[in-house]
Amino acid sequence: MQATDELHVQSVTGVDLQLRIASLGGRSYAFVIDWHIRTVAAMAWYTASTSVLYQEFAVSQPDATFWFVVAAPAAVIYALYHLILEVATGRTPGKRIAGVRIVTVDGQVPGIAALAIRNVLRLLDSLLLYAVGLTCVLVTRQSVRIGDIAAGTLLVYDDSNADTEGFNERAVARLGLERAELAHELLGRWKSLEPEKRQTLARKLLDDDTARSDAALHDALKELVR
Amino acid sequence: MNSPRDRRTSAWVAQRSDDWRDLESNLAEVEDTGRIEGRTALRAVHRYPEVARDLALARRLSPDGTLARRLERIYARLHRSLYRPATNLRADLTTLFRREIPEIAHELRHRIVVVAAGFAIASAAGWWMVDTYPGLVGLFASTEAVERVQGGELWTDGLLNVMPSSVLSAEIFTNNILVSLTVFCLGAVYGLGTIYIIGMNGFMIGAVFAFTARHDLAGRLAEFIVAHGFVELSIIFIAGAAGFSLGEAIARPAHRTRTAAFRRAATRGARLMFVCCLFLVGAGLIEGYVSPNPAFPLPVRLAIGIAYWVVLLLALGAFGPLRTTSDQRGSKKRVRGVHQE
Repeated sequence: MQATDELHVQSVTGVDLQLRIASLGGRSYAFVIDWHIRTVAAMAWYTASTSVLYQEFAVSQPDATFWFVVAAPAAVIYALYHLILEVATGRTPGKRIAGVRIVTVDGQVPGIAALAIRNVLRLLDSLLLYAVGLTCVLVTRQSVRIGDIAAGTLLVYDDSNADTEGFNERAVARLGLERAELAHELLGRWKSLEPEKRQTLARKLLDDDTARSDAALHDALKELVR
Repeated sequence: MNSPRDRRTSAWVAQRSDDWRDLESNLAEVEDTGRIEGRTALRAVHRYPEVARDLALARRLSPDGTLARRLERIYARLHRSLYRPATNLRADLTTLFRREIPEIAHELRHRIVVVAAGFAIASAAGWWMVDTYPGLVGLFASTEAVERVQGGELWTDGLLNVMPSSVLSAEIFTNNILVSLTVFCLGAVYGLGTIYIIGMNGFMIGAVFAFTARHDLAGRLAEFIVAHGFVELSIIFIAGAAGFSLGEAIARPAHRTRTAAFRRAATRGARLMFVCCLFLVGAGLIEGYVSPNPAFPLPVRLAIGIAYWVVLLLALGAFGPLRTTSDQRGSKKRVRGVHQE
């Protein structure tokens, strides 16, 4: 099935919202980070608590204290990591780092029930070392796992400001909208372009034919736009 | 920048920029704190169509341009903040227990009976098999348990000497919750996973009872189970029924699409399982503190088992009038209206 890139959310204003749907790569990246965090956190708890309480890692005679102070919190950290963090903060650190967030199919913030359902159904997605979930993400149009289908949620890329940062009305006043946007894009991609090409473009935008160095052109453009 | 269009665009951007910046800072505050003052919220509501109009204009002037992308982000954040669902845990729980759970349990009642019947058939099959071929009990019980039964005692005897009640309870309810959720989730595989787990559990219980009966210990095993068994078994049946509804939603979605039917079954089943998990914690405590303790005589165990089971049935709305949702009430009124006309 052909994957859809964007989620179009209808609004009462008549202007649709377009959210980029996170693909297998974005989802997997977030999951791998989260898996490492929860594994390390659970192991850290186990190690710290056993060394403080028993002065040994392999407890030979586990008592009630071991189960309730050592084993249960470590198991809770590992098993309920996603649910607790998603309910409390909206997303896990892995999703934050990967730049993805959970939304409902209507583009809204999911409620506790939806978050709980997608995490309960993780039991099914995690079968065969997550092969079930991965296959489902690969074959569904919105790249969702079974838990997401059940909860009516999906992952979208976060609205980072990185590529529009520094763009302001002064640049538009000086250059006009199209040229200001071109100049902003050029500055953003300056390092990835070949020197001759970026210099030619910069000179055109600056209306300046004088022989200036690459760095000077970059600074002049930056001064003009930002 | 000489064209009139450029000048108009520039004037528009200059006029609106302060508003966008202000809005971005307000949104950052709301996202950081999760709170919004009434006045700010109202202002955001008024700004929503304004930003939509700005975005539409920016998309027309420069589709996929930097300004359009910036406004899309502001618009998306504003949409998310305005449409964030209100959380009222107390009201949600009241609705869940008073209306939704009885309604869902009522809807699943036939499936619960079918699952219970399937479990009974599997138990009978397990009983017959071990009663006929006693050597096969090794498939269902550990060697140590078999030897203890052959020696005239149950594997549950002296359980509290091995493990304190608190640990036993926690271990039992964690395991039972996991099993119930697995029974529910595996229903998504056209109900096959649910059939397998329910069948195997029924088979195992029948087999173990048959084996203990051969050594005159079945009565004592029933005495051990009676305090927690009613609720635990009922919840396994409910989980099976909820699991079947998942499978049925995929196999026979009726007038809904498969996705919509699956989503509905999962949402309703998960709500029911949430309540069941709460009861499993109680059943685990009974199994840890009451069942292995010989100080509790059979009548007390029976009273505890039945009383807790009645509480479960009350929570499922078995004894009360079914409260229908507003949707159903609306449709009934409409149907009555049609008849009257």
